[in-house]
Amino acid sequence: MTTLTRREFLKSSGALVVSFSAPPITGALAQVAAGKPALVPTELDSWVAVLPDGRVQAFFGKMDMGQSLEVAIAQIVADELDVAFDKVEVLMGDTGTSCNQGGASGSTGVSNGGRPLRNAAAEARRLLLENGSKRLGVPAEQLRVEDGTILSQDGRKVAYSELVGGKYFHHQIEWNKQVGNAMDIKVQAKPKTSQEYRVVGKPFARRDVAWKVYGTDRFVTDVRLKGMLHARVIRPTRAACKVRSVDEASIKSIRGARVVREKDFVAVVAPREWDAVRAAQRLKVDWHALDGAFPAMDQLHEHIRGAKVVKREEPVKKGDLAAAFSAPGVRIVEAQYEWPFQSHASMGPGCAVAEAGADHCTVWTGSQKPHYVRDGVAKLLGMAPEKVRAIWVPGPGSYGRNDAGDAALDAAFLSKATGKPVRVQGMRSDGTAWDPKGPACVHRARAAIDATGKVLAYEFVSKGFSRQHIATNESDPADSLVGQATGIPAKGTQIFGVPAESYGFENKLLAWETIAPLVDNCSPLRTAHMRDPVGPEIHFGAEQFIDELAAAVGEDPVAFRLRYLTEARHAAVVKAAAEKAQWQARTSPQRERGGELLKGRGIAFAERNGTAVAAVAEVEVERNTGRVWARRVVVAHDCGLVINPQGLRYTIEGNVVQGISRAVYEQVQFDRDSVNSVDWASYPILEIQDAPAAIEVVLINRPEVAPSGAGEPTMRVVPAAVANAVFDATGVRLRKAPLNAERVKAALSRA
Amino acid sequence: MASFRFTVDGKRVSVSAEPEMPLLYALRNDLGLDNPHFGCGLAQCGACTVHLDGEPVRSCVLPVSAASGKTVTTIKGLGTPEKPHPLQAAYVEEQVPQCGYCINGWVMTAAAYLKKNPKASDAQLRDALAGLKCRCGTHVAILRAIKRAQAGLA
Repeated sequence: MTTLTRREFLKSSGALVVSFSAPPITGALAQVAAGKPALVPTELDSWVAVLPDGRVQAFFGKMDMGQSLEVAIAQIVADELDVAFDKVEVLMGDTGTSCNQGGASGSTGVSNGGRPLRNAAAEARRLLLENGSKRLGVPAEQLRVEDGTILSQDGRKVAYSELVGGKYFHHQIEWNKQVGNAMDIKVQAKPKTSQEYRVVGKPFARRDVAWKVYGTDRFVTDVRLKGMLHARVIRPTRAACKVRSVDEASIKSIRGARVVREKDFVAVVAPREWDAVRAAQRLKVDWHALDGAFPAMDQLHEHIRGAKVVKREEPVKKGDLAAAFSAPGVRIVEAQYEWPFQSHASMGPGCAVAEAGADHCTVWTGSQKPHYVRDGVAKLLGMAPEKVRAIWVPGPGSYGRNDAGDAALDAAFLSKATGKPVRVQGMRSDGTAWDPKGPACVHRARAAIDATGKVLAYEFVSKGFSRQHIATNESDPADSLVGQATGIPAKGTQIFGVPAESYGFENKLLAWETIAPLVDNCSPLRTAHMRDPVGPEIHFGAEQFIDELAAAVGEDPVAFRLRYLTEARHAAVVKAAAEKAQWQARTSPQRERGGELLKGRGIAFAERNGTAVAAVAEVEVERNTGRVWARRVVVAHDCGLVINPQGLRYTIEGNVVQGISRAVYEQVQFDRDSVNSVDWASYPILEIQDAPAAIEVVLINRPEVAPSGAGEPTMRVVPAAVANAVFDATGVRLRKAPLNAERVKAALSRA
Repeated sequence: MASFRFTVDGKRVSVSAEPEMPLLYALRNDLGLDNPHFGCGLAQCGACTVHLDGEPVRSCVLPVSAASGKTVTTIKGLGTPEKPHPLQAAYVEEQVPQCGYCINGWVMTAAAYLKKNPKASDAQLRDALAGLKCRCGTHVAILRAIKRAQAGLA
């Protein structure tokens, strides 16, 4: 069987050719007679197609960023349609072939994204059986399906491809009228139960590994159009800058290089990429800077503590906290935790290629939300959304609203301005200094413990920058740098979050407070979603505080959590992680804390939108250098029904390493005027010397529970697990992230 | 502008460019190769790594003039799906990459290192790969794959 390669798909979808009017789907489907129904959620043909050779295509409005979501969707479709896994191809993230399912977002790829695909595949099977029943003259209930062939009990058969191959279903289905993550459809068919699954639940290898390893297919950075110009956008070195003047003569010696400027948006374009890079380095721009836009970096958390609260919410409030905290004989335990700004710092700076005409635009983007890129480009260029096509091509890393979103709108703007196809790629500082950041914050925790050692009252209040100074997608130019630089003011949303757990403290408050951004427009410290938005930030504090309470009452951290967790699935992951890690029950810190190399272990637990996860970290701390090494990490993970155990394990592993990186190394450096984290030297992340020796994953499969997310939940437990292990090893509680060597060494020398 | 001749993945090529232009731009733009990748332009990450006469170099900072008369090998020239380098085969077996953009650095650096020290220990491998970046956090899988390749090479 020949599978359509991604390259063939790209080719036919227009990625490697100039024409916008390239065939909309694939070479195979181009054989289909004209008259494809409109690409709307109410048409079954918008979700699934059977090709003349029996292969199946699923049209998915989300995309796989390398965590094997594509495999999971193919498994779901294969099971519902009763075809082999290898026959299903998932076409992802092209606004010309898929409905807006929200892109990569909130670990909902399987939980939300899989739902309409599952329903559509089930409906397609029902229609095919109905059709096959007529063809064979046998009632549908007496037919069965084997790998896309309908068989009767007396041995007659008809293949899906004979019934509908290369043709359209032209079948209307009911749509829930939601756009984005919540998009779903209702069909007459009844999807299978988990007992009927043959493909779901088994490990399947990813189909995007080989081309990455052999270099045989393309990233978004490799999309080339005829006559294309290379562009670099000039971002100021200081925050809150406006352009006074641009000295175009400063690049006149570079052939073909020229300046594109509108208001405070400045870019250079040139036919050769190196010329664009040189022009960007040489261009003289006179910036009008605002002094002291930021607090001093060492005053960041003081600034947050003292700043006016813009919005406060109390999502969990029960009991009588005031009474409990002032009850006679209670002991009060208090602590504050601090988290820095962090950068997506994707492996490569954001990149996009755009080809804009008078009334249309095509954008090839690495953004994880191409449907919203389409909407944002349409607004930016003043076109109807249907005149814009955004095609996702794998990019250099993602993990949230990073600089890829800005690159897409930059490219569209520059293509329109120059009348040529334009490829934009940032330089390293665009990906580190100028990507939207994860928010800095302070967490205030307080508990009242009665004479028996029971936690009577518990408060956890986060205060920080909103997690969305710009939206989580780029559907509005107000949320892009090019939009803001050309005069569209930022809107922003005030939102944070609270710990996700089920600790049954009788009197309990979980609240958040946000403060104003430091700079309103074009800020390099503007915030947006970064993998598990506010998850690691909050639980770094919350799960350390749980350990502090366990220590305060002289109880083992696992036993303490089990005493208070009220949800069985929550307790189960804590137990499973402890068991796998051969956790020895005792109080923290451990007694033996002499010597140069200190060893300890810590646990942390959290929930995330239905997924429960616990991590045990075993660390080594070098007293004289302050180096923290998470030698072994054990994760117990329950995301309901497991679709693809292999992909799930690797996704969790990546979360663990990225989580350690964020806990131990990462913080955006800045001073009163500038962001100074501009590269990997000034924004260090974990390197391989510090990768764990072992990551062990326990998957708790619950076929009876609908699948929830796995792309992010583990991220939120790793930092606290590491910090709790450092406390266990050293007896020193580190309440400020990151736990870098300098900070740890200083804390140990003070202890 | 000057003309520079060298070999890339077995093919003789000629590039007209400023001598100081990094080799990366010659490979990507003048020669139209999709690999290697631009990651930082500062030799801090490895995404642009190629072999120059068998030694790993960061093509984002190496002037194209330095490649003159030499042999450049990209990951595409290291092995193919039909004739994979043992590391590439091991990477596929272990399903290592996530976004995959960093891969040149890890594979090309490890391939050159294993030639010198095929039985390298875990600690030696970690030292040899210092300075390379992977944002997706696949480091543990990378080590698994190298050890699998070592077993195949032994």
